[in-house]
Amino acid sequence: MPKRLLAASGIAAYLFLYLPLVIVVAYSFNDSRLNAEWVGFTWRWYKALFEDDAMLKAAGNSLFIALTASFAATVLGTMAGYALHRYRLRLLPVLIMAPLAIPEILVGVSLLIFFVAVNLTLGLLSITLSHIAFCIGFVAIVVRSRLAGMDESLPEAARDLGASPWQAFRLVTFPLIAPGILAGALLAFTLSIDDFVITFFTAGVGASTLPLQIYSMIKIAVTPEVNAVSTLLMLLTLFLIVIASRISPDSVRGK
Amino acid sequence: MALLELRNIVRSFGDFAAVDGVSMMIESGEFFTLLGPSGCGKTTLLRMIAGFDAPQSGEILLDGKDLVATPPEKRPIHTVFQSYALFPHMTVAQNIAFPLRMRKIGKAEINERVKEALDDVRLSDRGGRFPGELSGGQRQRVALARALVSRPRLLLLDEPLAALDMKLREQMQLELINLQKEVGITFIYVTHDQTEALALSHRIAVMNGGKVEQLDEPSKIYDCPRNRFVADFIGTCNLIEAKVTVAGEEKMVLEIDGLGEVTARNPGGELTGSKGVLALRPEKIKIGQQIALESGENRFRGKVHDFLYMGDVTVYIVEVGEGVHIEALLPNSAAGRPRIFAAGDPVEISWRYDAGVFLND
Repeated sequence: MPKRLLAASGIAAYLFLYLPLVIVVAYSFNDSRLNAEWVGFTWRWYKALFEDDAMLKAAGNSLFIALTASFAATVLGTMAGYALHRYRLRLLPVLIMAPLAIPEILVGVSLLIFFVAVNLTLGLLSITLSHIAFCIGFVAIVVRSRLAGMDESLPEAARDLGASPWQAFRLVTFPLIAPGILAGALLAFTLSIDDFVITFFTAGVGASTLPLQIYSMIKIAVTPEVNAVSTLLMLLTLFLIVIASRISPDSVRGK
Repeated sequence: MALLELRNIVRSFGDFAAVDGVSMMIESGEFFTLLGPSGCGKTTLLRMIAGFDAPQSGEILLDGKDLVATPPEKRPIHTVFQSYALFPHMTVAQNIAFPLRMRKIGKAEINERVKEALDDVRLSDRGGRFPGELSGGQRQRVALARALVSRPRLLLLDEPLAALDMKLREQMQLELINLQKEVGITFIYVTHDQTEALALSHRIAVMNGGKVEQLDEPSKIYDCPRNRFVADFIGTCNLIEAKVTVAGEEKMVLEIDGLGEVTARNPGGELTGSKGVLALRPEKIKIGQQIALESGENRFRGKVHDFLYMGDVTVYIVEVGEGVHIEALLPNSAAGRPRIFAAGDPVEISWRYDAGVFLND
């Protein structure tokens, strides 16, 4: 009996988590304007999506921001993660990790005030800078945990056998933490591409991203087109998360 | 000139003096061991020789030149790490090639020397494998091959056998001795295992609390420990509190509480009246039902307090006098031994006056 109860509550929990998503996906294929009843299967909303200029522009912006921000955050976050591991400074972890814990809305507001204060026109650049800022910490954490799992004596052995500090990093440390760096990059990409709150505050009037575009569309009504774009966004992030979790745990041979 | 000379090396971490004024000379071709309990400073000393750490004061001279300012990659010294530190993302052959690559040696020569090195450690068919696919003993041999392939002046070994099981460890000890003889490179070996140190080394430095307690050949360390710590740390030893009553030229008389007078060798010096311990190895004590007293021997009657049957030998703890316990060792193959004594059996023990060493406090 308790076993059955456990199974039932488990199923209920999964339904609670995934049913809304399943509905969104299902209605994106529904041949009706209303999210009310199932009429029939159609690709119509996806077609409409690819003919919607505003949507395509937003998608282009999102991709550009996510690629640029995740790249920059990966470089900076890796350096931060290395520093966190290497030097036992008391303030450094706090400075790098704090942005992860501060409410997003606060980060958004403060970035907005900051950009206005330094006279930066809000747009693609301000969004990208904001995304870099909040992604660094996540990359740093992933890279640091990878470094923590590495045998300390490996880079020492490299030095001992004649490698300069840079060679030891390039030939030994870097290849060993590369999976962590890649996982951090993918994480940063997914965080950037579906960020709403911080983007909302730092976007200004000109630039729009996919999440902002979806939001502006549902202000009128939740159309099947929204369902379709949400489905695509979901697929993309899901795909990236799966890859990230695949490479992250000890994929290096001989571990 | 000594190959490596340490002059008054000091290294402390905060208030803790890890290495506290160590000086020693290591000769070319030597198998030299730093032996001591954990925290005695032996690993810190090794790391300073390798270049991963620097002394706060003192000099490290290789061929008479101070090394302290030289980074590890510029020192002709390689290390075999306790964890082996094989690069997991490189094959065995790439691991061994690493120090040669760093020296910008040509591809053809690298291939040749890697092949030779693999042959030397009997791993010719494992060059393409990754370290994770090898057994512990094989990894150990790869680590040795990698550290030796570029012919360093000095090889440092940091408890390299600690991770192996006992059978394999004994086999690797023999391999190490042969390897060292073959390549002729000076080894500095760090271990806390005294049997390993005795078996492998030409000379041993016994360390404790950041200082060298005794530096000598293994047999000297074992037979003539210089103080209580060395006697206690190396092997098993009876340490009996004693006081010198009469010191002669060759012999002296010790007074032991609860036992009485014992004759011992006079190590030299004016010792009358001084206190210390008589250090007596269990295997130098004879034990039997009745022992004929020979000249120059101490003999006492007592009873077996306890015994440990070890297979090859039996260790007896014999109570003599009033509450003095002395450990004696009897090989189980000893001719004419009628039986193993049991607890409570009356026995006699004896030892020659020069079997033990008196250590002045």
